[in-house]
Amino acid sequence: MAITAHVPSPPRAAWLVVEGLWTWYRRNWRSSVVSSVLQPVLYLVALGFGFGSQVRAGAATEGLPYVQYLAPALLVASATQTAAFESTYPVLSAFKWQRTYLGVTATPITSGQLVAGQLTWIVLRLGFSAVAFLLVAALLGALTGPGVLLSLVFALLTAMAFAAPVVAYAATIDSEGQQFNVVFRFIVMPMTMFAGTFFPVEQLPAWVRPLVWLTPLWHGTELSRAAAFGSMELLPTLGHLAYLVALLGVGAHLARRTFLRRLAV
Amino acid sequence: MHARDLAKRFGDFEAVKGIDLDVRPGEAFGFLGPNGAGKSSTMRMVACVSPRTGGELTVLGMDPLAQGPRIRARLGVVPQQDNLDSELTVRENLHVYGRYFGLSRAHVRAKAVELLEFAQLSDRADDQVEPLSGGMKRRLTIARSLINEPELLLLDEPTTGLDPQARHLLWDRLFRLKQQGVTLIVTTHYMDEAEQLCDRLVVMDAGRIVAEGSPAELIAQYSTREVLELRFAPGTQDVAAVADLASRVEELPDRLLLYTADGEAALAAAHARGITPLSSLVRRSTLEDVFLRLTGRTLVD
Ligand SMILES: Nc1ncnc2c1ncn2[C@@H]1O[C@H](COP(=O)(O)OP(=O)(O)OP(=O)(O)O)[C@@H](O)[C@H]1O
Ligand SMILES: [Mg+2]
Repeated sequence: MAITAHVPSPPRAAWLVVEGLWTWYRRNWRSSVVSSVLQPVLYLVALGFGFGSQVRAGAATEGLPYVQYLAPALLVASATQTAAFESTYPVLSAFKWQRTYLGVTATPITSGQLVAGQLTWIVLRLGFSAVAFLLVAALLGALTGPGVLLSLVFALLTAMAFAAPVVAYAATIDSEGQQFNVVFRFIVMPMTMFAGTFFPVEQLPAWVRPLVWLTPLWHGTELSRAAAFGSMELLPTLGHLAYLVALLGVGAHLARRTFLRRLAV
Repeated sequence: MHARDLAKRFGDFEAVKGIDLDVRPGEAFGFLGPNGAGKSSTMRMVACVSPRTGGELTVLGMDPLAQGPRIRARLGVVPQQDNLDSELTVRENLHVYGRYFGLSRAHVRAKAVELLEFAQLSDRADDQVEPLSGGMKRRLTIARSLINEPELLLLDEPTTGLDPQARHLLWDRLFRLKQQGVTLIVTTHYMDEAEQLCDRLVVMDAGRIVAEGSPAELIAQYSTREVLELRFAPGTQDVAAVADLASRVEELPDRLLLYTADGEAALAAAHARGITPLSSLVRRSTLEDVFLRLTGRTLVD
């Protein structure tokens, strides 16, 4: 039993940050369940079953009923949406309104460990929601098989590839967060609409497609569907993974820098 | 703690302009200074959260730039602005914070009970922090700073916002910590606080140390034994009329302060000249007078 204060090892330090965030979540999870679990389930029901009943299974849906075509992509899209939310206001608040980050870095925890803990927390947080979504989707018969477990991994990777740079950006903001609306309206929303979640990107005009290829969501959606439908091919898989991992790496690195710049003044 | 030519620069602005300090283990050391003097900037460098931009600094025998986490593990910090998690309960704030020091859950839980008692917050332990009064939040921040049983406690304006009773309680607790051998570094705008708590203090102004010593030494060096305060109706005070009655005269908006060894004699002399203040008061010099002399400002502004 540790009764004298000491410097926790770096992984332990990051984990303690997760523990702190969990303490908050335990008390406040109810409010976030609606947006992070219920919302994708509603999409699945309304678009997958409702609208999907009017869509004939064919080449565009990889020969599957629309709801089964949609489910693995919706998994990625909703994880990414939740990630966007979790990496904006909560981060700004911890710098500016609650100032809790300033409290943490007055202890032996460093700002780098704080970033690691915050990102780890976001993954776990997305993980809960994504698993809940998959359970509901399975009960509704929207899943094609155990391949979605791999889709889940890809969904989390995609969401974090998006979250990490957004966390880095959120650490630079000193306003009331109006800029986040721009992120939601001009990045998250169009990405969700057009990056292949609801219909294949081949339906888009050729000039739009390169923009879609830049989004992590498109790469994640490709991976997720391939995993769920058992149609993975080596080279495209490696390509998508490389892009997402690179984005996550760059984002995490930038977040370390922006946190340090904000906290060590 | 030991500092030589310690400096802090924010862009083009130099908040701390090369100060020398030595605080010995077990000592209670104070910073006095007007707003913007650089007290908090200095405290944050000592707390190893703000990197210095010049000079040398050693805290608990280590360099903050190289060994920040190891030093912070042994420090207690009460920042000027509270940074509690207002969405957690009082008790959870202590639990979460204690864990960051690598302490076990069981230990933190037991320690929290003790600290809640200390801060007189036991009956609010399971309430959210958000609706607590400012003074209660301050007491919680102070309790939190003790969770790791620090060897060096840094308190940046600890009692600002506390009611008189809570202030006296806190002084008593700090005094006890000092007796247990904890080193205290305090910034304050209250001279009674500085006189009560500090063995030694410095007066800072515009990033520099302008005086250093024990409260008694500072008073002896920078002020006279007594002060005569003459209060006048607005617009009727005349410094020239009393200038020669004291070794120094300070003019405040509503009164004149005459620094002299014998206040009663100066008052008699003023009366003899036909000067008729609204009221008069003879008192001993305090740190407030030292402060006024050194910075040209009153402490609480
Ligand atoms: N992060 C920062 N960036 C730029 N300037 C800063 C920063 N922090 C402090 N300053 C400036 O440094 C100067 C000293 O500030 P500091 O907070 O150390 O003063 P202080 O003595 O604690 O004052 P107070 O009694 O009001 O708390 C001020 O002019 C302040 O504006
Ligand atoms: Mg200050």
